[in-house]
Amino acid sequence: MDFWRVPLDAEEVIVSRGIVHFVEDRCKGCGYCIQFCPKKILQTSTRFNKKSYHPPEVTKPEECVNCHFCEIICPELAIYSVEAPGSEPGEAQQPDDAGDTCCPPVK
Amino acid sequence: MAVQAKKAPIEPKHPLDDLIRTDRMPHIWCPGCGIGTVFSSCLHAMLASGIDLDKTVMVSGIGCSGRGAGYAKVDSFHTTHGRAIPFATGMKVANPDLHMIVFSGDGDLFAIGGNHFIHAARRNIDMTVICINNLNYGMTGGQVAATTPSLARTTTTPLGNPDSPFNLPLLAYASGATYVARWTMLHTREVTDSIQTCLTRKGFSFVEVLAPCPVNYGRRNKERPLDTLKMYQDKTIIKNGANPAELGVDFKKRVVLGTFVDVERPTFTETYDKLYHKE
Repeated sequence: MDFWRVPLDAEEVIVSRGIVHFVEDRCKGCGYCIQFCPKKILQTSTRFNKKSYHPPEVTKPEECVNCHFCEIICPELAIYSVEAPGSEPGEAQQPDDAGDTCCPPVK
Repeated sequence: MAVQAKKAPIEPKHPLDDLIRTDRMPHIWCPGCGIGTVFSSCLHAMLASGIDLDKTVMVSGIGCSGRGAGYAKVDSFHTTHGRAIPFATGMKVANPDLHMIVFSGDGDLFAIGGNHFIHAARRNIDMTVICINNLNYGMTGGQVAATTPSLARTTTTPLGNPDSPFNLPLLAYASGATYVARWTMLHTREVTDSIQTCLTRKGFSFVEVLAPCPVNYGRRNKERPLDTLKMYQDKTIIKNGANPAELGVDFKKRVVLGTFVDVERPTFTETYDKLYHKE
């Protein structure tokens, strides 16, 4: 997200990191999560699920801020995000490490 | 089956999996239907409000939204057409400790069940009524409903609806509801907060949630589901405490959302006990 000026405390704020998970067989491909993700990190995949819909996939896993909006807008209860390990306030942030475990490939 | 990445531990469950009957998933609602979002908001609100879920009952009537009760893993009842509110009234009066949630659609609550709604609001039965307003009778094939906007096309009004729709918040306010709010399914956080408030307060609480019906309403009115959500984003305005008489649903102008009424009044059970169960 672009700001026209950088907030004064931008360096002190710890942005939480999330990992997006899918229950792919529940997805019906409405695209609400893709359209309304504030970081625009989801896209339609080319895979098919059990009901022949294309479930979404994460393009930039390291950019998820764990806002849970995909989780609450999803009408199918098919997507959710959890806090990435090591990103709770007070702990040292390890964004490089978290990128590795993000979004396990789900078939 | 899910293939686990090397470093990932056992995949966590969906946070609502404890509250839904997972064996019935995926549910019957069409792709792009807003009922699922409202259902999930309702479950999130139930978890967040901290009410005893063993004493929470979800009641629904007939219609697409009526399937909601069947998917919730609390005591739930799928009742006859329009009779969700009288059913819930009976349960509440028999066992005042219960938290009643009526989860139903506009056709069920306001067309065939309209009379029950106004009287439950008048008597101030302590319950939460969530109405998913998708502007038509979705399950039966998209016929014109009591909430269909003027000039909208449906299967039974192919040239446009000649009638005026109900203004649901005004109806609830005039009947005596103690909490009246309206949101769209895009405003999920507000819907969740609103339902959470309803669950923790006393009195008849009514939340109307506008939701798209892409298959039956949207298709005949040239609205794809994402267009409808875009419209919800662009054409709505939040105005808490607005005059209920000015809350018509007309997306050519602005649709007003917000919490319109929040007052306190003795509930039916309290007044009844005071008069007839003096101890």
